[in-house]
Amino acid sequence: MLGSPACPWASYMTNSPTLIVMIGLPARGKTYVSKKLTRYLNWIGVPTKVFNLGVYRREAVKSYKSYDFFRHDNKEAMEIRKRCALVALEDVKAYLLEECGQIAVFDATNTTRERRDLILNFAKENAFKVFFVESVCDDPEVIAANILEVKVSSPDYPERNRENVMDDFLKRIECYKVTYQPLDPDAYDKDLSFIKVINVGQRFLVNRVQDYIQSKIVYYLMNIHVQPRTIYLCRHGESEYNLVGKIGGDTGLSPRGKQFAQALKKFIEEQEIVDLKVWTSQLKRTIQTAESLGVTYEQWKILNEIDAGVCEEMTYAEIEAKYPDEFALRDQEKYLYRYPGGESYQDLVQRLEPVIMELERQGNVLVISHQAVMRCLLAYFLDKSADELPYLRCPLHTILKLTPVAYGCKVETITLNVEAVNTHRDKPSLNSNNLPASQTPVRMRRNSFTPRASADTVKRPRHYSVGSKPLDTLGPFPSLEARDGADQPQLQVGVQVVPSLCSPSPPSPAAVGGPL
Amino acid sequence: MTNCPTLIVMVGLPARGKTYISKKLTRYLNWIGVPTKEFNVGQYRRDLVKKYKSFEFFLPDNEEGLKIRKQCALAALNDVRQYLSEENGHVAVFDATNTTRERRETIYKFGEENGYKTFFVESVCVDPEVIAANIVQVKLGSPDYVDCSNDEATEDFMKRIECYKNSYETLDETLDKDLSYIKIMDVGRSYLVNRVMDHIQSRIVYYLMNIHVTPRSIYLCRHGESELNLKGRIGGDPGLSVRGKEFAKSLAQFINEQNIKDLKVWTSQMKRTIQTAEALGVPYEQWKVLNEIDAGVCEEMTYEEIQENYPLEFALRDQDKYRYRYPKGESYEDLVQRLEPVIMELERQENVLVICHQAVMRCLLAYFLDKPAEQLPYLKCPLHTVLKLTPVAYGCKVESIFLNVEAVNTHRDKPENVGVDRSREEALRTVPNHL
Repeated sequence: MLGSPACPWASYMTNSPTLIVMIGLPARGKTYVSKKLTRYLNWIGVPTKVFNLGVYRREAVKSYKSYDFFRHDNKEAMEIRKRCALVALEDVKAYLLEECGQIAVFDATNTTRERRDLILNFAKENAFKVFFVESVCDDPEVIAANILEVKVSSPDYPERNRENVMDDFLKRIECYKVTYQPLDPDAYDKDLSFIKVINVGQRFLVNRVQDYIQSKIVYYLMNIHVQPRTIYLCRHGESEYNLVGKIGGDTGLSPRGKQFAQALKKFIEEQEIVDLKVWTSQLKRTIQTAESLGVTYEQWKILNEIDAGVCEEMTYAEIEAKYPDEFALRDQEKYLYRYPGGESYQDLVQRLEPVIMELERQGNVLVISHQAVMRCLLAYFLDKSADELPYLRCPLHTILKLTPVAYGCKVETITLNVEAVNTHRDKPSLNSNNLPASQTPVRMRRNSFTPRASADTVKRPRHYSVGSKPLDTLGPFPSLEARDGADQPQLQVGVQVVPSLCSPSPPSPAAVGGPL
Repeated sequence: MTNCPTLIVMVGLPARGKTYISKKLTRYLNWIGVPTKEFNVGQYRRDLVKKYKSFEFFLPDNEEGLKIRKQCALAALNDVRQYLSEENGHVAVFDATNTTRERRETIYKFGEENGYKTFFVESVCVDPEVIAANIVQVKLGSPDYVDCSNDEATEDFMKRIECYKNSYETLDETLDKDLSYIKIMDVGRSYLVNRVMDHIQSRIVYYLMNIHVTPRSIYLCRHGESELNLKGRIGGDPGLSVRGKEFAKSLAQFINEQNIKDLKVWTSQMKRTIQTAEALGVPYEQWKVLNEIDAGVCEEMTYEEIQENYPLEFALRDQDKYRYRYPKGESYEDLVQRLEPVIMELERQENVLVICHQAVMRCLLAYFLDKPAEQLPYLKCPLHTVLKLTPVAYGCKVESIFLNVEAVNTHRDKPENVGVDRSREEALRTVPNHL
């Protein structure tokens, strides 16, 4: 484990971390949005963490008694609540400055100007950018539904008697209403950066978006919805290449694969799904699978399987024999490893982002894709880290039915009773002897992220590949001689460098070192 | 992308950027493959009323003027209907002031009758400096003011704006709560977005929220000449040739001389662009999506070898170079799709130098210069030449700067005979010279 103090990732991407501050009365979907947004940002590779004030409050006040705690004239409670906010902000600071965090989502009501000014000062002291997300809702049905969905099962209400919970919670909301000062875009808050989400996305007011990441956040928030719906993920039916253990390529379905397609058709019909959209990739095997359904389907090139480059159409045994170093490197770092002339899981996530955005917009969808692609999509819905993603189980002839529920996703696995080969390869247990002699533990190639932030990037010296001379910034053009094959390792190994220890997986407090 | 056509309706006083937005949005939508056309009512008025006299035409009590203006609006809507319902258009942008609720009602009804989704784009601006700048940029040169001095034109135009102000009914949060719209305030300081209905509206909103009008320049160039360029081979991941390295040095010198404020430099993740950027001695960002078009099975072949090994593919490519996808590779159409985030980020940015590749540069250039799919794959993007693009009025000024370092020509024109039964000689006639 390499002990690097600062966080090059954060500094490379933007010059300052961002603090997203939620605003809104209780039961307005703040925690829902916080968690979902955090899940999305982590998936696209931006280390993000939620700080929920309610959790801190529950820590401080072991047992919740009643809404009286939230009365604005309850001085003792107000003190406790303020202290909790300060502790939470200290944790935010640690996360953003010391733990490689890029974005912190401060999930609390933050309904008063006083509280928001406190947060703005805190951010200013630490050079964080602030972006507010306010949720305004006056539809009583929506609020009641929220309370039933997530509050009834809250730790605050262990007895879960619905009527009591509803009653107490509504009174809790009233406590906040007395002092609620919504964002005022015309005067008091006109210089702040924020989005006001009105009535669950019916309307939005967006003010002073500062940079790329805020623009992405706004776009995401404008595309998500809360209508009930189901997403079905499955792979194509077993293919000819699957049968012989070859990866990639563009083969048709095997006889069992065709059987699966028929079974899939039956399954879909039985589910009686309203307005189901069907998406496939542009490879034969998914198209053939969809053809059997007898419904219209849309082909997306970006749903194509991961490009294995020089290893396309080889079996794992052949790859191990012909490219043993590549084979070993991939097992070490499966998420970041890019096949020579091909792609990495990281590249895949990047190209799948428009699919995720469109899935968020849609209602009921069936996505017929491929093993690596399905793993990436699943990781998004189930909030799996980059470590776990390449090893998620997505067997052939199995459908995963995802239904959004509360703050997450319910998963049902449905095997369609048609035999198929197993294409899953677990992570082999490694010992350091497997490392190619010339390969040091530090990764070779430079990180291949698309920039995550724009106009605010401070000029920063490049990161150098191991084995390449650093740029002599005084000499006129010294680099050209030294750099034939610049930024490429001495051996043609195609592994990504992550400039910091903190890979795209959401850093947990214990695992600052990340998966390296 | 959509099942029913979309009618975008601009709303706003004169000199609020409606035509600027209409044209830019239309260019973007066409580039990403959504057939879009703009309909400028002012143009219809100019066609009908041959000579513009003065702002008095626009006075609210000018019966004659009102009649003509309504006639023009209806003529334009008729053309919209033809475009969307008969000519396979997907999006029509109706560019007029549309400042009264009554006029917008009429248009909305028209949309409903024809099965179009209607989306309003309102531009609200009260900053007199912005308005004055707009007038200078695009109104003084308008056909309406061809015989006037700048002062006369400005004075008349300001009075024209006044004619609209009294009857202006801005989109209202309550009265218009069931309409789908985006209200852009102060050239993008803030936005109000209401009831986005579908994917295309969501993309339009995202685009509108990312564009800006701050003056800046975009520099496009290819990597320096590569080893494979010299041999007439396509694709691969070679390093720079001797002349390519020369070019990189010249590029560094050129950039220094230009004295560009806060220049961002972007490259692909292929050696040849990275090596070129290295010579600049400034930080640069690598984008995988800027990588050259993947020629699949034809990677690293010369055109002669492609003709030898895949004569059918070679001919098919010449027949439809934009849509043709190399076996196991990509098409220009695929390239445009993967370059869309680059375009979006270029819109957000200010001064940027993009060091990329021939096919990639053609796609980017087509976006900025509004070139259609047929022309895109044949745009000339020679090695060792920087294209400097500066937004001006409704379009883009292009300066081509050859950096005086010789390089091979890699441009292959469309041959005369694209039939699959053509001879080898006919197929290879337009191949440029190489080693």
